[in-house]
Amino acid sequence: MPRIVVDVMPKPEILDPQGKAIVGALPRLGFTSFSAVRQGKRFELTVDGEVTEAILTQAREAAETLLSNPVIEDVVNVEVVEA
Amino acid sequence: MTELPLIGGAPVAVEPQLSGAKIGVVTFPGTLDDRDAARAVRLAGGTAVALWHADTHLADVDAVIIPGGFSYGDYLRAGAISRFAPLMSRIIDAANSDAKLPVLGICNGFQILTESHLLPGSMIKNDHLKFLCRDQVLRVENNNTFWTSDYEAGEEITVPLKNQDGQYIADDKTLDALEAEGRVVFRYVGWNPNGSRRDIAGISNAAGNVVGLMPHPEHAVEPGFGPESNAGTDGLGFFTSVLNKIVGGAQ
Repeated sequence: MPRIVVDVMPKPEILDPQGKAIVGALPRLGFTSFSAVRQGKRFELTVDGEVTEAILTQAREAAETLLSNPVIEDVVNVEVVEA
Repeated sequence: MTELPLIGGAPVAVEPQLSGAKIGVVTFPGTLDDRDAARAVRLAGGTAVALWHADTHLADVDAVIIPGGFSYGDYLRAGAISRFAPLMSRIIDAANSDAKLPVLGICNGFQILTESHLLPGSMIKNDHLKFLCRDQVLRVENNNTFWTSDYEAGEEITVPLKNQDGQYIADDKTLDALEAEGRVVFRYVGWNPNGSRRDIAGISNAAGNVVGLMPHPEHAVEPGFGPESNAGTDGLGFFTSVLNKIVGGAQ
């Protein structure tokens, strides 16, 4: 079953408190090479059947209206992944 | 219906003519503070009407409160799923209409109002990442809204604050516009408890009928239960403000 993957990230100008907490925890585990972390969200939308252009358009609309909040987040990727 | 005080002390004196004003209180799956909000309406002298998120009509209420809680478990983003409830479409239309339905969003209700675009900006996780529950001092920056007219401009009130996603953010252009138009209704005093831009605790729309804030006035309406300062009833003014506005407007 094909899936449409939608990736959402906090906008670059917005401080990501969760990412900040993660970058603080990494060195405590010995991971010292990472200077910043930003945490986003990945959605997987399963499609029963073929992913048509119309379905992909719906996915992009859903990404902009429900899956992300344009005030604080950007949709950075919408792509089809075959199962 | 007269609300009896839970502990000693006289009930809050209310004006009988206010009881004709009906204030809807919306319940979503995961709402917590609907009972307290309805009780606050009754203590202020009004009539509370329970509204369900799946309702498709507003039951002729004169105003609406969207109470706090964790609707849909804050899944996706706080308020993001509730925003698309059938009743929210009615509320958005009525708030934007010429009738200017008064709408108050408290905490999760504020988050729902920003997700609905009735109010600008958004809320993200507190800058210190912790859930916080405390008595919070606020300054009433604008007493010309439907929900703040019983306060003095510049008055400081103390009400409970309890949230995890309480950091109000918007871009500088939006913040400058809010300030210029007097739409910053409440600011945190003494300490910014969540990193909110410009210490903003609550804002309104341009018409002043829609107000949202993170702290909880409905938990500070009854002597003996609210914060210890000022008898703990500093939140009552929200509810008397809108009731007086409704009753006054109908005369």
